Amino acid sequence: MTPAKESLVQLYELSMRIRLVEERIAADYPKGEMRCPVHLSIGQEIVSAAVGLNQLSIDTAVSSHRAHAHYLAKGGNLYRMIAEILGKSTGCCKGRGGSMHLIDLEKGFLGSSAIVGNSIPVGVGSAFSHKLDNSGALSFVFFGDGATEEGSFYESVNFAAVNQLPVVFVCENNLYSVYTDLAARQPKDRAIFEMVNAMGIKSLRIDSFDPIACLEKITEAISDARTNRTPLFLEIPTYRWLEHCGPFDDDALNYRPAGELASFMEQDPVEKLHSELVSTLGVDKGEIESLLRSITDDISHAFNTAKNDPFPTLSESMVDTYA
Amino acid sequence: MPNEKKLDFASEIRKALHMALKADPNLVLMGLGVNDPKGVFGTTTNLAQEFGSIRVLETPTSENAVTGIGVGLAVTGHPTVMVHQRLDFFLLAMDQLVNSAAKWHYMYGGQSSVPITIRLITGRGWGQGPTHSQNLHAWFTHIPGLKVVMPAFANEARALLAASIADPNPVIFLEDRWCHVQQVDVATLDDSKVIELGKASIETEGSDLTVVAAGFSAVESLRAILFLRDHGISAELVNLRSLKPLDTETIYKSVQKTGKLLVVDSGPEISSFAGEIISLVSTNQFSYLKSAPSTITAPDVPEPTSYGVTGEFKFSAETIARRIVEITGVGGLGIDFSKLRNAPHDVPNSTFTGPF
Repeated sequence: MTPAKESLVQLYELSMRIRLVEERIAADYPKGEMRCPVHLSIGQEIVSAAVGLNQLSIDTAVSSHRAHAHYLAKGGNLYRMIAEILGKSTGCCKGRGGSMHLIDLEKGFLGSSAIVGNSIPVGVGSAFSHKLDNSGALSFVFFGDGATEEGSFYESVNFAAVNQLPVVFVCENNLYSVYTDLAARQPKDRAIFEMVNAMGIKSLRIDSFDPIACLEKITEAISDARTNRTPLFLEIPTYRWLEHCGPFDDDALNYRPAGELASFMEQDPVEKLHSELVSTLGVDKGEIESLLRSITDDISHAFNTAKNDPFPTLSESMVDTYA
Repeated sequence: MPNEKKLDFASEIRKALHMALKADPNLVLMGLGVNDPKGVFGTTTNLAQEFGSIRVLETPTSENAVTGIGVGLAVTGHPTVMVHQRLDFFLLAMDQLVNSAAKWHYMYGGQSSVPITIRLITGRGWGQGPTHSQNLHAWFTHIPGLKVVMPAFANEARALLAASIADPNPVIFLEDRWCHVQQVDVATLDDSKVIELGKASIETEGSDLTVVAAGFSAVESLRAILFLRDHGISAELVNLRSLKPLDTETIYKSVQKTGKLLVVDSGPEISSFAGEIISLVSTNQFSYLKSAPSTITAPDVPEPTSYGVTGEFKFSAETIARRIVEITGVGGLGIDFSKLRNAPHDVPNSTFTGPF
């Protein structure tokens, strides 16, 4: 079923919330106040947003090093995330985790890990809890194509399949593990989603460059998983615009074919969605501007507040090794 | 098998699991073999029949993911006990142990803790060889966020496992395979006894020398000490029970009394836990020491398999007794140390007939 106009506006709003947060991080990063690695999701926002619109508050989620988008899409607190990246005591991890370790338990965002593939089994364990508790919740596990080369991935998929756990694996395939092309890492004729399908989990590849179809297919797949309480694997082709780690464009390194970045930027699903909303669906431009203004205000407020927050003291950082 | 009046260490481990599964309906027990006909050396036998095969879960042969799944369970309301029939297989799970379980509570600002207990069984004898008999307890103590428990005797196994399961942190629970056959008189057992993690036990008091040990090393040390008592040598045994947290107070008090220290450690000598104890005592209790502290450890060599050499490779009660006599300078002449020898050397007692 084609998504309702309201859902598409929400998809755009959430995608833009993610993009504008990431853009603000990128813009401020050179000031040297955010002194930790940042892995930005600019270009990949639609994936988190489309999945996020299908997450319930009882659902749980875990993510990888590139976690801002997943955290925000699950409803994670923006100010606490910015404070965390700035290393402040008010950060979601009290400044102990930084950009790569985000948590918002109130929203069911259990954590994110800097180690590739590391959070995948943790998400499967959370799905096991949902099954034991018969809670109706799903566990969402976000990772990239690189993580599908880790042993933890195969072990986790197998465990979820054999125990039929309510888990949704979301693989954002952006073609590169740091600077290494998928072609150097996986056989040419093997599709990730087909491999996972063969492992016993219903698997789909859903293109993210057509945002409306993307939301429609994701919504249908997740709805089925929720009804059936069975595992689901989504491979979602997408593309990272900025460098693997950091605020800049790294196209000059030439690890991507000339013109590839530009061609993907031309296919920007967020921009496509915007023109669809305005041209075809008749959404008022003023409404969109007002949404964006509200997001920008939230971001300014988060940064302005967090920047004035204190760093943790050393003594505050010497506790909590044990519960 | 234990007779009616005695129970063995393995039965006490099973008892702790049974009591914990019964007391906490959220607790999950999982591992390869928990529901197989041998039940992890009898420590999990029939638990699935009573508590269901979801809570007592057979797992795929996936040590790393299963550890992470345990973390995921634990942080979402299901404390988890995991078991590996040999520690060596668990080396595949270092990412989840070190990067997930150990860091979780601290890294996420103290909001979320990981109540998991990981039972690791360490092989000894019967040709376990290089990859079935590693004693890596010192490794685990090196990771902030982990607790490391090492029971020695049947009368403490249940309470120490119960305390580990009740602890809100990840606990590495190390069982020497040979400890499984240790027996205890049923009449002396108290199933409600609580042992706090981080409290050592003085197994036998003495005035000439302090022996510090854990796990099967404590069993062998006790045998050596009791044997030497008949020869007029009075050694005190500090059974650590947990390496982390470490009960330095009990160690220091004992050294203050005896002035002499021997640490017996089944791990290889370089960067051993014995070295850590010697360092702590030498740094903090130097003035009490009457002679240089001493260690007995495994050599810095992988353990060979051949029956022809394993008799001399691993230290035993005899090695410990000889060293105690050397350090204390008491007696020695006329002691027939061969009485301490196991025959054959590669089994804990005549009930043990392999294969692992």
